[in-house]
Amino acid sequence: MSTAKQEGSGGKLHRREVVKILLADRGGMLVVAGLGAPAWDATEAGDHPLTLPLWGGMGGAAMIGLGLAIAQPDRRVLVLTGDGEMLMGLGSLATIGARGTRNLAVVVLDNERYGETGMQATHTAYGVDLAAVARACGFAACTTVTTMDEVARLRGDVHTAAGPLFAQVKVDADKLPLVLPPRDATHLKNRLREALLGPKAHF
Amino acid sequence: MSRDWPRGLYQVLKDQGVRQVSVVPDAGHMELIRLCESDSRMELVRLTTEEEGVALAMGAWLGGDKSVLLTQSSGIGNCINMLAMLAVSQTPLTMLVTMRGDWGEFNPWQVPMGRATRPVLEEMGVLVSRANRADEVVPLAEGALRIAYNTFRPTALLIGQRLLGAKTFED
Repeated sequence: MSTAKQEGSGGKLHRREVVKILLADRGGMLVVAGLGAPAWDATEAGDHPLTLPLWGGMGGAAMIGLGLAIAQPDRRVLVLTGDGEMLMGLGSLATIGARGTRNLAVVVLDNERYGETGMQATHTAYGVDLAAVARACGFAACTTVTTMDEVARLRGDVHTAAGPLFAQVKVDADKLPLVLPPRDATHLKNRLREALLGPKAHF
Repeated sequence: MSRDWPRGLYQVLKDQGVRQVSVVPDAGHMELIRLCESDSRMELVRLTTEEEGVALAMGAWLGGDKSVLLTQSSGIGNCINMLAMLAVSQTPLTMLVTMRGDWGEFNPWQVPMGRATRPVLEEMGVLVSRANRADEVVPLAEGALRIAYNTFRPTALLIGQRLLGAKTFED
């Protein structure tokens, strides 16, 4: 893997390379991918029945992860989302921090942009530090990630560290080809429930 | 029965197997919140805003848990866009909504959202029922939960201010 491929044109991390590492050998991990680029990134890494890619519900990704993590305490739950989506649901960081949940990780792919609407700057472009917010909300571990070595370490922590875990991964703002997941929400919901719960998912 | 409906509601939640209870507090839900909080087999999730409870319900159901959202009617306004997710994915949730801005309301700021609560929910695909008397609350809640979890859709029970007692701001 060349260094050039791991970086975007702005010299920060390449979001699809980051997600590929985070989702490698995912085992039974449950994944919620926030709307927009994180959903496309997760799909390029491999559409999977245990992934819920979102096409809406902006601001809700972390809370979906919390509901899943409470329902499935023996599974790891990873929320992969964008900075704009996370900013819309900042209160959910307080909710998760106040409650505490050992098996939940929230990873924000922070390109400092609203990527689907014309790459307008988000608050993180003006210095809002999401990892500091998560830390102040009581997350057990919070980190800002800027190198692929740290991404590899983060992948391990997502599977094993006592959460709630929060990571803000600084990625480039390149506009990448769309890799779209299925968009029938009932299908996405049912396939995840069936893969997780077996036949009783339908009763 | 009259003031005992919170305990009846709690028993319905237990009987229907509800595990995750999310809440932005309201005085009308005080007793039910206390009962759920002290039940080690229920997971009480305190929210900063009600739409978090809608998203939580999505995750809960994906993971096999039934959930309810306890909210005041003003909180329904905070849920509108998130409710689209439940409608489009046929995901169940029952919302137990204590009304403000109707019978005997003192605070004018509560009235617009109180009036809008039912139409907003219905426009977002939620099946709505309403209890006007204390003895209706428990059976209507049971029905709302059954419809939600047997037919895979969000439902709401509005608990009228007349049975809750309007806040007077005198105490």
